[in-house]
Amino acid sequence: METSLDNTVVTRSEPSLRVITSNATQKNVKTAGREKRSHRQIRTESVFRRSLVIVSLCMVVLVLGILITLIVQSVPSLKALGVGYLWGKTWDPVRDIYGALPFLLGTLLTSFLALLISVPFSFAVAIFLGEYYPKGWMPDLLKNAVELIAAVPSVIYGFWGLAVMVPMVQKLETVIHVPPVGYGIFTSSLILAIMIIPYSASLGRSMIQMVPSSLKEAAYSLGATRWEVIRSVIIPYTRSGLFAGVLLSLGRALGETMAVTMVIGNTTSMPQNIFSTGNTMASVIANELGEADKHVYNAALIELGLVLFFVTVVINIIGKKIITKFSN
Amino acid sequence: MSTRIKYRIGKSTAFQALTVVLSASCVIPLLAILFYIIKAGITKINWSFITNVEKPVGEMGGGVAHALLGSIIIILMAALIAVPIGIMVGIYLGENKTSKLAYWSRLSVDILQGVPSIVIGIVAYIWMVKPFGYSAISGSIALSIMMLPIVVRSTEETLKLLPDSLREAAYALGMPFHRVILKVIVPCGISGILSGVMLSVARIAGETAPLLFTAFGCQFLSADIRKPMETLPHVVFKYAISPYNEWKELAWGASLILLLWVLLLNIITKVITRKWKVQL
Amino acid sequence: MESTIVKAVNYNSYFGDNHVVKNVSIDIPRNNVIAVMGPSGCGKTTFLRGINRMHELIPGATAKGQIFLNGEDVMEMHPIFVRLKIGMVFQRPNPFPNLSIYDNVIAGYKLNGIKLPKAERDRIVEHSLTRVALWNEVKDSLTKKGTFLSGGQQQRLCIARAVAMEPEVLLFDEPTSALDPISTSTVEELFHELKKNYTLIIVTHNMQQAARVSDKTAFFYLGELVEYDETKQMFTNPRDTRTQNYITGRFS
Repeated sequence: METSLDNTVVTRSEPSLRVITSNATQKNVKTAGREKRSHRQIRTESVFRRSLVIVSLCMVVLVLGILITLIVQSVPSLKALGVGYLWGKTWDPVRDIYGALPFLLGTLLTSFLALLISVPFSFAVAIFLGEYYPKGWMPDLLKNAVELIAAVPSVIYGFWGLAVMVPMVQKLETVIHVPPVGYGIFTSSLILAIMIIPYSASLGRSMIQMVPSSLKEAAYSLGATRWEVIRSVIIPYTRSGLFAGVLLSLGRALGETMAVTMVIGNTTSMPQNIFSTGNTMASVIANELGEADKHVYNAALIELGLVLFFVTVVINIIGKKIITKFSN
Repeated sequence: MSTRIKYRIGKSTAFQALTVVLSASCVIPLLAILFYIIKAGITKINWSFITNVEKPVGEMGGGVAHALLGSIIIILMAALIAVPIGIMVGIYLGENKTSKLAYWSRLSVDILQGVPSIVIGIVAYIWMVKPFGYSAISGSIALSIMMLPIVVRSTEETLKLLPDSLREAAYALGMPFHRVILKVIVPCGISGILSGVMLSVARIAGETAPLLFTAFGCQFLSADIRKPMETLPHVVFKYAISPYNEWKELAWGASLILLLWVLLLNIITKVITRKWKVQL
Repeated sequence: MESTIVKAVNYNSYFGDNHVVKNVSIDIPRNNVIAVMGPSGCGKTTFLRGINRMHELIPGATAKGQIFLNGEDVMEMHPIFVRLKIGMVFQRPNPFPNLSIYDNVIAGYKLNGIKLPKAERDRIVEHSLTRVALWNEVKDSLTKKGTFLSGGQQQRLCIARAVAMEPEVLLFDEPTSALDPISTSTVEELFHELKKNYTLIIVTHNMQQAARVSDKTAFFYLGELVEYDETKQMFTNPRDTRTQNYITGRFS
């Protein structure tokens, strides 16, 4: 069947037939060599596929490894101190008393205060870039400036805070009659507030830009003002997205280490008010892990890391889930 | 116009003005920081600052050469570890959107992205420092873990944006999977992948927390990756919190170098994204 | 008697549980132009993509049955061999955006890592571009990017890319649906030239095109091969009422 050729073709066009046959033999020679190397290719292909799978598996193993490492290394502290560790008010490694409450409180106070300060600004940026002025050189400048805020290393924020913010807060504290230390939870919150603006601002901006213009136009056509459109269309539509942005900012604030360590004062007593000095979980780890030679001391600090890990992971995963849901 | 409408329009304008004012005031602290660092740092930077190493307190003319070298070595090693792994995972996730492994792997990347740098530092400390002591390589490992999610994500997103027609064209020519990826998909998405790599480098270049108890810091010019090594962000920290004024002065100079270095990386990222983009 | 080059026997393909191509058996003779037509969603493109095993690239896609190329079952072969012998041209022109026109033509060699001497490469490029009547238009801009060409030129470049591999069969998936009328007629003229050396299988939902260019026509409806015959016969005197309804425009 296959070798016999169409008679009509032969009679109709002799020359083209010759082309076919010559091509065919040429093809056979070529494909023979090609097939040989293709076998090699197929082997490489499966090696490549397999290594992609293995490396991707390593990502999962890495995260599990981090989790397991933290848990295993916290065991001495979990055993010696129990759950009460998290509610203990005293931290005194010299006398082997470990209570993490001052640091939990310090972390919560600084983070939420920072959030409170930064949210109006980050939402303003989000609305400014997402709704009022999406294009032009001014908004481009603002967008780049906000990105730059995220790019500046945290140790530089800390140093600047040390040199500039601390004296300023000192003056403020003199005016409102609290001990003029300058260092403390309030100062940390101010620095943190600046640092976390970009996270909720850029997410909020992209969410606001995703609001269908038909919705906005419907409101405009009913005679709504710009503010009314923002309040009754854009904000309700993007509410979950804006919330996710706030969560991501919070995650950043909770884990931020260097800037806070440099301006919070690093005292281990319970914070009395927002102007007291204190420590966050991250800053106490940064300060003490290097010199924590005692077994339980070391484990207690690692357990703080474990808590920090859990809290930030949960916050981030919730934030990410909201974003994915919103984007679809 | 009725007063009611006037009131509503007024309210709208007021809100717009408020937005503009609040947005503009976000830039103020940034400008203040940039201004302050540049003003305080520019007088400290000179040739001997860049070429000398740390001097004991009281001696003049200390520099940051050891920290510059250390930063470069540690960042390069971190990139060497994280970039190939990150790109491979990114390729896997970009090409396998629905597999079970992709789901877990993607979740892992998401988790990793949210882990505070100090926690990564603890883990590197436990893995590397507890058994082997402080070393530059332990710092690189900590930083590479921080780079991974950024490289993975940008690679994955880039590959997802490439049209399927490109893959089909390549497969239809009888190309095996690895050639489709390495010869067609990766070259077409190279700007996205590279900008992700640069972004991740920019991100870790200023990290201090994971280095505190891994690379640890040292006073001498050292290129031995098994020994402690100084880095630029760490030297800023060390000098800044020291009680000595000479050291604080040095910290301003080091801050300015660090800031310029991080800014440069960010600008390179932007340029790559814009210039190297393959027109689809 | 004509020689059969591609032969499908009880070929079925699925997307997950969705049975898209149902029990298709067909004999395709060498050096012919075969048009595959039918309403959208009838499985014609899926069938075409089954012939060079492109179908299985889609997650969840599976296939059963046999497709023979020169008597060899392509379902048993590694897809790479199949695709080296069966070229494909897609609905939208898809030149490689990172490659020049020249490199696009020899992409099948270059990207597969097949090393050829410069003279041989030049010959293949000129030969392939001549075959698709593009040589005169682009011979002075071979170093420009493939995406720099117009839509019709890009599509001919893609045909040249497939032709350069010297395949035995060329599959076309609605090759002119994204082109303007003038480019369409240029591509259609090519089919007459190309069939001297290759066997062409063209999926189209344009009946006039099927009537103009093909020797034989296959009509697909709801995943089944309803009718397969000489094009003239099919358009003048269809045997199946469904074919007749389609041709006369009673449904589309």
